[in-house]
Amino acid sequence: MKGNEALAEAAIQAGCRHFFGYPITPQTELAAYMSKRMPKIGGTYLQAESEIAAINMVLGAASAGVRAMTSSSSPGISLKGEGISYIAGSDLPALIINVQRGGPGLGGIQPSQADYWQATKALGHGDFQILVFAPSTVQEMVDLVSDAFDLADTYRMPAMILADGMLGQMMEPVEIRSNEHKKPIEKPWATTGHQNKRVHNVVNSLYLQPKDLERLVRERFARYEVIKQKEQRAEEYLTEDADLVLVAYGASSRVARSAVNKAREQGFKVGLVRPITLWPFPTDVLQKNAKTAKGFLCVEMSMGQMVDDVRLAVNGAVPVDFYGRTGGMIPSPAEILTKMKEILGGAQ
Amino acid sequence: MAIVFDRPHALTEVPFHYCPGCTHGIVHRLVAEVLDELGVEGRTVGVAPVGCAVMNYDYFSCDMVEAPHGRAPAVATGLKRALPENVIFTYQGDGDLAAIGTAETVHAATRGENITVIFINNAIYGMTGGQMAPTSLPGQVTQTTPYGRDVNTAGYPVRVCELLSTLDGVALAQRVAVDCVKNVVTAKKAIKKAFQNQIDGKGFSIVEVLSTCPTNWGLTPAEAMQWLRDNMMPYYPLGVYKDSVKGARIRGEE
Amino acid sequence: MAKSKDLNMLLAGFGGQGVLFAGKVIAYGGLMDNKEISWLPSYGPEMRGGTANCSICISDEPIGSPLVLTPNVFVAMNLPSFDRFINDVEPGGIVVVDSTLINKKVERTDVQAFYIPASRLAEENGLKGGANIILIGKLFRECGFCSREALDKAIEKCVPVHKAHLMGNNKKALEIGMSYEG
Repeated sequence: MKGNEALAEAAIQAGCRHFFGYPITPQTELAAYMSKRMPKIGGTYLQAESEIAAINMVLGAASAGVRAMTSSSSPGISLKGEGISYIAGSDLPALIINVQRGGPGLGGIQPSQADYWQATKALGHGDFQILVFAPSTVQEMVDLVSDAFDLADTYRMPAMILADGMLGQMMEPVEIRSNEHKKPIEKPWATTGHQNKRVHNVVNSLYLQPKDLERLVRERFARYEVIKQKEQRAEEYLTEDADLVLVAYGASSRVARSAVNKAREQGFKVGLVRPITLWPFPTDVLQKNAKTAKGFLCVEMSMGQMVDDVRLAVNGAVPVDFYGRTGGMIPSPAEILTKMKEILGGAQ
Repeated sequence: MAIVFDRPHALTEVPFHYCPGCTHGIVHRLVAEVLDELGVEGRTVGVAPVGCAVMNYDYFSCDMVEAPHGRAPAVATGLKRALPENVIFTYQGDGDLAAIGTAETVHAATRGENITVIFINNAIYGMTGGQMAPTSLPGQVTQTTPYGRDVNTAGYPVRVCELLSTLDGVALAQRVAVDCVKNVVTAKKAIKKAFQNQIDGKGFSIVEVLSTCPTNWGLTPAEAMQWLRDNMMPYYPLGVYKDSVKGARIRGEE
Repeated sequence: MAKSKDLNMLLAGFGGQGVLFAGKVIAYGGLMDNKEISWLPSYGPEMRGGTANCSICISDEPIGSPLVLTPNVFVAMNLPSFDRFINDVEPGGIVVVDSTLINKKVERTDVQAFYIPASRLAEENGLKGGANIILIGKLFRECGFCSREALDKAIEKCVPVHKAHLMGNNKKALEIGMSYEG
């Protein structure tokens, strides 16, 4: 199954019946899959007039308490930024998928990881965070879609799957399990009509009194602290005795893993930390590795964005280097190997 | 003693914040009366705009969602698709509906989205302090057209009902005013029809209400009503622009 | 089962030649043998007539990078692709060439090259558009990227239901490729 299609089916299996999209390469198969499946299961597939409309349809459906999602690629995600800010400010759960491509502007359509800053720090205006998951295989995309919906509901906030053109377009074997047996999380706040049984619910992000808005934002940030403590996820690969620890997520982590294997064959003690959650960023595992490793090498398909968070986590304990390709270029294991050797000084 | 005039149930007890002479209050009341008369408040979800009516989620007793600027029809679409049995309406001003939200308006209409849209056209941006609206009249002086709206540089006003009446998905497009008792009665009938259409699954229904903004027009409430009659009504004639089930989408029927 | 060599394969040709489909059949072949596999297409604005290629990895271990930059198996389906990728092939690798469309020999001596006039054979046997499958047959003969049983299952899996009538043709094309010596 193609990554994009696997994402779509996983969302359906997670109980999502409301998809609102707008065509853009390289996520198109996801929407096409939804347009085929949704009508057959009584769900909604709606091709909106724009990414802006699509994310606001998600806002509306999420207000009604259903699992709603949209998907797009980098330029489209910029347009969704407004709606995502409102969704976060209204404490609504929703799933947004970004199958990243090269930027800025129209950029290109080849795989990229240049939206890390946008996803983790600046998706819209205001003080807020969203959950950001970074799968590296088609199977993991499937598993994370389900988790993203669950955590979004639990913490009442938007969640994003930050994939890229490579993961979206590739095929790998995948097992999709239904999660629909899970007990849905109660949403007493949903605007479903009060049926004359309760006072009216209001989904809103406007607070004209600064003290009210500050209190609300502080409450939200208290929730973020809980998430930072409980939801950090990362995979460690051969880090135990590693002198140099690579840090990479998504597509670039696969290349990094190949590079680590090659380096190990040549006797270099290197390992890999692969962040699975980008927000919350897996600071703990990096801090642990900073005690044993002599240095880090962050590998990204960008000019270096996640490396900022790696440096913050490592906090000067050991040097943090960076290697990246951008614009749709994918680094090769050989390039990374060369960079590793340069850092390690060729010493075995 | 018999009560002959009371607050509609669909309005909360929160006092309106609107300026003296503003017609939002009348239109809020008409919407609330219609919700009461149709007995649908309990299954209604309203969508508030950005503009003067942004806080109408405090005034309507039904469930409410506050939308980003211009996006109310998209938010309403999401709600309606998730809650097809509920009654979903938007309440939007001219900047919201006919400038920043034009695409959302036109496409919700052409999809025949089974929702009700209440459109307040007062030819100005009220909340931000009186800037030119897409519906400001040629020559109209506003904060951002200090020499009068020059159609050579600022273009012409948008006639929303006329525009939407060309779309197959629209069940009702009607322009009304609330400047006198007779017109208020007509306006209420139109609003009721716009909701009844939704209940009957007839598709997108919009009622455009010509409204006043005495504060930003720099007029007294009475002068503002007269200005509306003298200037807006000729440019935006009252009437039914579309009333048809043709092209409307009834859920579950082919 | 003994650990087999990782296969990092690149198939390249024109859009419309069935490059991606051929890649899918190979990937499914690996899958049917319970291997780890990945299939990654190039994608671009052109749907037909432009260049198309895809990377397939088959391994006993989880696949690292699914993007094949230095293939150890290269199937060239047109001249521009041949020219573009021939020097990227790993020493010791296998190259399969559609000699109907590529009027060139592999100059490198450190790779094993096989030539098959797949397009002509397809034409002669009334298998329009079947050159891609003939090439797979040839590739199977030379490097056995999966078991025979798995390959048959893969073909059945990849031919969509609405094209089931083409199943016979696909199997015939496979046989032609497999029995071609050269």
